[in-house]
Amino acid sequence: MLGKGDQAPDFELYTSPDKKLSLREFKGKNIIIAFYPADWSPVCGDQISLYNEMLKYFKNHNAELLGISVDGKWCHAAYVKDRNLHFPLLSDFEPKGLVAKQYGVYNEQEGQCDRALFVVNVNGIIEWSYLSPRSVNPGADGILAALEGLDSKNKQ
Amino acid sequence: MTGTLKPPFNSTDHFQGPAKAAIELVEFGDYQCPHCGLAYFVVKKIQKHFGQKLKFVFRNFPLSEAHEFAFQAAVASEAAARQKRFWEMHDILFEHQSALSMHAILGYAKDLGLDGIQFEKDLKDDSIASKVESDFENGIRSGVNGTPTFYINGHRYQGNYDFDPLAVALEAPPL
Repeated sequence: MLGKGDQAPDFELYTSPDKKLSLREFKGKNIIIAFYPADWSPVCGDQISLYNEMLKYFKNHNAELLGISVDGKWCHAAYVKDRNLHFPLLSDFEPKGLVAKQYGVYNEQEGQCDRALFVVNVNGIIEWSYLSPRSVNPGADGILAALEGLDSKNKQ
Repeated sequence: MTGTLKPPFNSTDHFQGPAKAAIELVEFGDYQCPHCGLAYFVVKKIQKHFGQKLKFVFRNFPLSEAHEFAFQAAVASEAAARQKRFWEMHDILFEHQSALSMHAILGYAKDLGLDGIQFEKDLKDDSIASKVESDFENGIRSGVNGTPTFYINGHRYQGNYDFDPLAVALEAPPL
C-alpha cells in the first residue's frame, strides 16, 4: 500500500456513463481518495453518506473527494442518484481493479477494493494513507487531521 | 479511529443528571435517524437504571443529506433550549420521528407552551445553526462515523446500543 511521500499514481476513470475524470485535472487541490468495496453495501453506505455530509468541511481545506470502487459506471450513476451524493464516484472497472492495485489496496480474493483512504497534496504527493478493516467505517477524523496538517505546512 | 470525545463535556452541552456524576454518557444523534429513535428509548431505561450516578449529554450529528428534516429538528431543539426547554423538545422530536416538518415542529413548540414569536426568530438565528454545525464537526473529530455514537467518560463505546451491553459498559466505565 502506498504511503506518505509516494507519488500518487494518475488515473482516468469513468464517473458517469459518458464522462471520465483524471487525478491530474485536480492539480492545485488537495484530493481525498476513498477506495471502498462496493456500492450499496451497508457499511460503505454509512461511510459514503458520512463523507457526503462533509464536503463543505473538506472544501474549507481546498480538498475534493473522489470515491473509487470496482462497480460499473451505471451502478455508480444509480447509487449517486439514490443517495443524493454530491461528489464523484469512479469506476475501477476495466481493467478491473487496476488503479486499486497501483495504490496497493486491491483484495484479490473478494475482487473488490479494500477500504482505504489517501490524502494527496496539491503537488500529487501522498500525505497520509489509512487501511481500514473491511467492515469498519473509518470515519473522517484522520482525513481532517491530515488536511489540517497540510494547512499548517502551507502557512509556514 | 481515535475514539476520544473532543472537546470534553463543557458549558455549551445539554445534559441530564448531576454535572459531576461518576459516569458520563454522551450521544451524538440525529432526530430523523431510525437507529437513534430506537436508542432514545434505551437511553431512557439506562437513565432510570443508573439514576443519579449518570450524566447524559446529547450532541447534534444531523445527516442532512440523508435526512431532510434532521438539521431543522436539531435547530428546533437548540431554539427550545433558549427557553430552557431543550429536553422536552428533544423528547418530542424523538417520539415523533416521522413528523418533523416545520409545520409539525411549530406545533410542538406550541404544545410545550414556548414563546412562539421568539422560537421562530431563534429558528432563523445563524448562531444556532453554527452551534449545530460545530457539534457535527466536533463529532467528526471525535471519530463519529454514524448515528448514534456513544462516548462513556470520554471514550468511544464500540458495542451496540441494546440495554444490556450498554449497561455493562456503564457499570465499569473507563477512568
